[in-house]
Amino acid sequence: MDIVVTVKQVPDPDIPPTHFKIDEAAKKVVPPAGVAPVMNGYDANALEAALRLKEQLGGKVTVVSLGPDSAKDTLKRAIAMGADAAIHINDPALNEAESATTAQALAAAINKLDHFDLVLSGRQASDTDGGQVHLGVARQLGLAAVSPVQKIEVASDDSLIAERIVEDGYQRLKVRLPALLGVSSEMNEPRYPPLKGIMAAGRAQIPVWTAADLGLEAPRPRVELRRLYVETREARVELIEADSLAEAGTKLADKLREARLV
Amino acid sequence: MPGVLLIAVASGEQLSPSTAELVGEGVRLAGDVGGSVIALLVGKNVQGLASGLGELGVDKVLVADSQSTTPPSPEWMLAAAELAASQTQPAAILLTHGGGGRDLGPSLAYRLGAGMVTDATALRADGGQLIATKPVFGGSAIAEFAITTTPCVVSLRPRAFEAPESPPAKQAQVEVLSVPESDQAIEVLEEIREQATTGPRLKDAKVIVSGGRGLGGPENWEYVEQLADVLGAAVGATRAITDAGWVPPSLQVGLTGATVAPDLYITIGISGAVQHIAGISGARNVVAINRDGDANIFKYARFGVVGDWKQIVPAFTKRLRELRG
Repeated sequence: MDIVVTVKQVPDPDIPPTHFKIDEAAKKVVPPAGVAPVMNGYDANALEAALRLKEQLGGKVTVVSLGPDSAKDTLKRAIAMGADAAIHINDPALNEAESATTAQALAAAINKLDHFDLVLSGRQASDTDGGQVHLGVARQLGLAAVSPVQKIEVASDDSLIAERIVEDGYQRLKVRLPALLGVSSEMNEPRYPPLKGIMAAGRAQIPVWTAADLGLEAPRPRVELRRLYVETREARVELIEADSLAEAGTKLADKLREARLV
Repeated sequence: MPGVLLIAVASGEQLSPSTAELVGEGVRLAGDVGGSVIALLVGKNVQGLASGLGELGVDKVLVADSQSTTPPSPEWMLAAAELAASQTQPAAILLTHGGGGRDLGPSLAYRLGAGMVTDATALRADGGQLIATKPVFGGSAIAEFAITTTPCVVSLRPRAFEAPESPPAKQAQVEVLSVPESDQAIEVLEEIREQATTGPRLKDAKVIVSGGRGLGGPENWEYVEQLADVLGAAVGATRAITDAGWVPPSLQVGLTGATVAPDLYITIGISGAVQHIAGISGARNVVAINRDGDANIFKYARFGVVGDWKQIVPAFTKRLRELRG
């Protein structure tokens, strides 16, 4: 089974809150010094799922990413984990594009590949928290899409059974391939790259494609970021103090009653 | 005929709990952009729910009732939504960011060439454009987007919008929308609905008690349970302790767990990592009990006690039991 995995490089979501800064004028996050960006967590789950399917069924795993020069590190990481090939879409006209344009670019790159049976993507990226791009990729490629998926049960070269998370439970679906799945973190625990993989990543040649290579026209904007800011949090907490901590506990209960919260 | 199209995805054979908020916001928005409020009700055996949408303030309901023996597939729901959008030509399309709406919204927007904002927590019309506010970077920042297309599509975060107390009840006009069950790439084999084990479900609970690593070990989880029991609350946990196996992953609140918006969120031994805060930005009142007075959680709390929870929580629970007795 030939699988394409879409990955995005994002700011490390585990940085302490005090290191998170926004440049409001530029409407951008200020990259924290000394903290490298990482592969989006859900995309790592998608890649792990692809690698396990390949181990089961054979075939090839290709990762595709759209992003600036630094995104190459994320693609190398994917190769180190076990991906066979990587494609880097890198074009100033695209790198900060909105989700519809990103979806068009990723779909155009996937269309240039010889063959694929399945596209796996993370269900959303931890920076924009949008959850839109992978669904756009599916529509652009004319594929059925299932998202968010917590489990891939049985897979063959022409179909698979997936569990899709719904409001209070999940659905088991039979999906005819080719198709796209949006992978959720319940699915697996992504592997650490083995030493052999790290060596392979060091040698890997990653082709870089631009908007022109993909035959993309200038995008028509659909949404416009007006403002990006951090909500200012005045320390407005009312700390309950008393002679003993047990008394403070009792007083806390009384406070909640007073505020009609319990 | 500009107006607002709401997509109400049924939860099983019921209206989803967030439908009242969705309709409330739709009615409010129609007041700004003009036109009527039309709802697409999509699901299986849902015809009987149409009048309920009228009672919430919808003018007209299009019912897409799946004839399939299994719950409708995502592709069929998309076909229904596309058909409803082309029939009604709305200025805005709203749906709930949860359950079936989470993937339906972006797929629909892409098909329509429309701009979309997902998981919005506020919405306003400004100079002929719709401005949607949403948390980004796991809730560390807030983004405001103007959507520049017609229609625009927005999915609403559950419990971020108030359901009106007395909605403008209407006798909704009901129309059946016939959506072909064509040969589809996706077939729903079955739907497994998980019953909440005890107490209310985490994501629509009004009161939640959550525990973190500061509890010290799984043997202390019972204190969280006891407190929740007294309050009729759901229980939640941080990623640190679900990862450590103290409690099941289904209890995890945060970026990679449940997003919750209770009226009261009580934390015990939780420091307030970004990952956790991301899931509780909609909580109206946070109570923090933590040994470290500098912990991030106190920035989000309305009430707090600094100290060893083991000395605080038993007295707190006891007093609440008396008050509620």
